[in-house]
Amino acid sequence: MNALLIRDLRLAVRAGGGFGLGLSFFLILVALIPFGVGPETELLARIAPGILWVGALLSCLLSLDRIFALDYEDGSLDLLATAPLPLEAVVAVKALVHWLTTGVPLTLAAPVLGVLLNLPWPGHLWLMASLALGTPALSMIGAFGAALTVGLKRGGLLLSLLVLPLYVPTLIFGAEVARRGAAGMALETPLLVLAGVSLATLALLPFAAAAVLRVNLR
Amino acid sequence: MASIWEYANPRKFIATANRLLPWVGGLACVALLVGLIWGFFLTPDDYRQGSTVKIIYLHVPSALMAINGWFMMLVASLIWLVRRHHVSALAARAAAPVGAVMTLIALITGAIWGQPMWGTWWAWDPRLTSFLILFLFYLGYIALWAAIEDDDTAADLTSILCIVGSVFAVLSRYAVDFWNQGLHQGASLSMDRADHVANVFYFPLLVCMSGFVLLFVALVLLRTQTEIRARRMRALLARERMA
Amino acid sequence: MRGAMECMVQDLSVARGGVPLLQGVGFSLVPGEALVLRAPNGAGKTTLLRCLAGLQPPLSGQVNLPEEGVAYASHADGIKTQLSVRENLRFWASVHGVADIGEALERFDLVGLQTRLAGHLSAGQKRRLGLARLLVTGRPLWLLDEPTVSLDTSAVALFGDVVRSHLAGGGMAIIATHIDLGLPEARVLELGAFKARADTMDTFDEAFL
Repeated sequence: MNALLIRDLRLAVRAGGGFGLGLSFFLILVALIPFGVGPETELLARIAPGILWVGALLSCLLSLDRIFALDYEDGSLDLLATAPLPLEAVVAVKALVHWLTTGVPLTLAAPVLGVLLNLPWPGHLWLMASLALGTPALSMIGAFGAALTVGLKRGGLLLSLLVLPLYVPTLIFGAEVARRGAAGMALETPLLVLAGVSLATLALLPFAAAAVLRVNLR
Repeated sequence: MASIWEYANPRKFIATANRLLPWVGGLACVALLVGLIWGFFLTPDDYRQGSTVKIIYLHVPSALMAINGWFMMLVASLIWLVRRHHVSALAARAAAPVGAVMTLIALITGAIWGQPMWGTWWAWDPRLTSFLILFLFYLGYIALWAAIEDDDTAADLTSILCIVGSVFAVLSRYAVDFWNQGLHQGASLSMDRADHVANVFYFPLLVCMSGFVLLFVALVLLRTQTEIRARRMRALLARERMA
Repeated sequence: MRGAMECMVQDLSVARGGVPLLQGVGFSLVPGEALVLRAPNGAGKTTLLRCLAGLQPPLSGQVNLPEEGVAYASHADGIKTQLSVRENLRFWASVHGVADIGEALERFDLVGLQTRLAGHLSAGQKRRLGLARLLVTGRPLWLLDEPTVSLDTSAVALFGDVVRSHLAGGGMAIIATHIDLGLPEARVLELGAFKARADTMDTFDEAFL
């Protein structure tokens, strides 16, 4: 498992790995919002948690189709499926790599971009906390979607259509934590539910994704 | 007594569906005609909502079938995954567009009803929002079926998507409830609190609901037949390629 | 022990895209033996090998292969072009729990290339790297799908030697190929004899016809 983790991380940071693309997209997206809704700081501060969450979610979406497609094209996925590593573990590692290369940078960048949107102070912390809890689920759900569409030519658009509805619960609870955090309200309930959703996703979806991969490889 | 799984044989299914269709379809027409005419013209206006309340006879039954359609797809998907009956997978495929249209009807009638009642075509009310999400799930499911060439692969993938999607749909329902407490007048509409609705409204509503159920069954039977024939055609083409 | 290492395939039928390609395929293999599959293009060699590798379920029939004992080499080599030769090989070695990649590099004459990026290799060199992967799996049964594509004569001879020593060490190989690998002891299985007849469709998807 470690070997796969190291290989994929190495691939991600080498030339053509696409590392940082999601992050740049996030930055651009957040920079565009004020052009769309106007420069009033009050309005921006109020919508900042939601904008940042939706932006992070979309940036996450951007790199999903690479999770399995590259390995499928060059035959590695066939070979991994016949290797001693269970396919469930392969899926989990792939999702982990996606999170490390996308979710973690997004989480770290979000509070900085929050400054651009006049996010009120304690909100930065809760925004980071909610993203740190929520983005693993986004990566895992995305890996499931990528497994569904791995054999398809131009599956990217279909992937978004399949994955976005699955993102709804995570988005609702994650953005709720960030919003309540920014407003200084009590946020234990959404925080706990968000953690629960993420943990359940991480525990169960690798099995569904591996089953789907097996179907797609035959 | 013959086992229920005999109907998993496509030929037998088509024959049975042929026998059933006129009855189910006819009954659906009668129930819908009676229910809608009774509901629209023979019930008094609501003292508070006026005649707008009568859209209930389209809104509630279609919403009912939107959810039950997905539930039927879930059951059919499970049957396919466990027992590998092709008819089951094709029935799930056949039900999806019907369910999606039911969802759309529920959304549109909801918007039309919402305009006079809430003063807006669309409110992010939890129930309306849940139906919007359900509609997105239907779209994804249909798109996945359409995207995959191999029938068995498509059946497997869509079945798993249906199961995972069901879990997330239920989760979304709770999430949406949490997110916005809502304006929906649930109490006056739901089946289990029937005593909140006067009998004059309730009986035609029941007739309409059974009409929608029968309509759904008829459409799914018809579409499943079509899917079976399409699949048979593909099998014949494949055989021709071989020879 | 010997029993567990044997390969037995009985009455196997395989299909691709719902169309049966082969039926009634049967053979057995004991350690030290190789089997060469011969058939025209599109007859189902790749499908048969994928089925033996466990990637695809058979339509019917029995496949008894050594548990976790199969190394599959397809047309695609599974090579990452952004990684060096050594990194590629070391990855597959550690996935299979093998520590040493020196022998594999040496046997396929890759020692001088080991720090080169795989993306900069020629087609034949890539193929050699793909085949070297077999040596780091430590598995007894090799399933090879056209292994000599884009190899030159000397590389083919190199590969023949590797297969021979694998067999001498108690390994087995099932090879789909058109050319002579210099393995006179290998048995040949003509798959043309097992071509699925059109009427098998009826038992396969009977109800749909």
